Amino acid sequence: MSHVALVTGGSRGIGKAIAMRLAGDGHSVAVNFTTNALAADGVVDAITAAGGTAVALQADVGDTEAVAAMFGEIEERLGRVGILVNNAGITRDDLLMRMGPDAWDEVIQTNLRSVYLCTRAAMRGMLRLKWGRIISLSSVSGISGNPGQANYAASKAAIIGFSKSVAREIGSRNITVNVVAPGFIETDMTEQLGDEVAGQVIAQVALGRLGKPEEIAAAVGYLASDDAAYITGQTLVVDGGLAL
Amino acid sequence: MDRTEIEAKLTDLLVDELGIERDDITADAKFEEDLDVDSLGVVELLMALEDNFGVKIPDEEAEQITTVGEAVDLVELKLNA
Repeated sequence: MSHVALVTGGSRGIGKAIAMRLAGDGHSVAVNFTTNALAADGVVDAITAAGGTAVALQADVGDTEAVAAMFGEIEERLGRVGILVNNAGITRDDLLMRMGPDAWDEVIQTNLRSVYLCTRAAMRGMLRLKWGRIISLSSVSGISGNPGQANYAASKAAIIGFSKSVAREIGSRNITVNVVAPGFIETDMTEQLGDEVAGQVIAQVALGRLGKPEEIAAAVGYLASDDAAYITGQTLVVDGGLAL
Repeated sequence: MDRTEIEAKLTDLLVDELGIERDDITADAKFEEDLDVDSLGVVELLMALEDNFGVKIPDEEAEQITTVGEAVDLVELKLNA
């Protein structure tokens, strides 16, 4: 069954892989981005070239009105969102002792407020569809913690509690709410780590390597599929055996 | 559209969408206490009213609705606004 999917932060990294995957599974995809229109257009072009349907939509997903406008536009151009993937996220790493309020607020706003805003907006349409899949990206950081990431880990742990609560609220309406928690994945975000840190990280991973964005997208694709109809409120950790 | 038509449409929605017994539906009936419609069900009902009558019911106003009669009042008010 084909649905309309929205992937927030869908122009790069894991979000891009998720957008491509969902399009490959036959869904029409709204690729949200904040600043990089060129990258978002690239994702749309790649999907279209492969015979899929996609549109790029600029919106700051931490902003109430921008989110409302974005959902209005998606409904107009593609239809009601049946699959929401809350992927947009940023890091502002620093030791807590040095972490100013701006670094805290920015991360909570983009990573957590966006999940609240987009989930709420998507729920209306899903209740009308009597079907829905809400999948939010957490992180191993939010489960095991990570020095320098108190803000990021807090936002990512919060997404798990949020999703469990919403799963209980709307489960009776055939809407599932789940979380995918990636470990260290090869993206721009982890490239900042440097070779030495990357080597230390890999030593902790049971499978002995970093993950690929497509491997996260596969988990999202599964949770969005009919095969996952009886799974809700869960966190699927895709980390190669890092947080065991 | 007059009040009778709104009442009739609302009754149909309650019966068809939420499986309420037609005989239980009166103007004074409370959604949650009398008709066993949960709070999410009330939200869904108001969305169905929006779709059927082409009106917009803001969340703040939707939260005030507890009875069938109040829902009819609100739709009537919006249609005449």
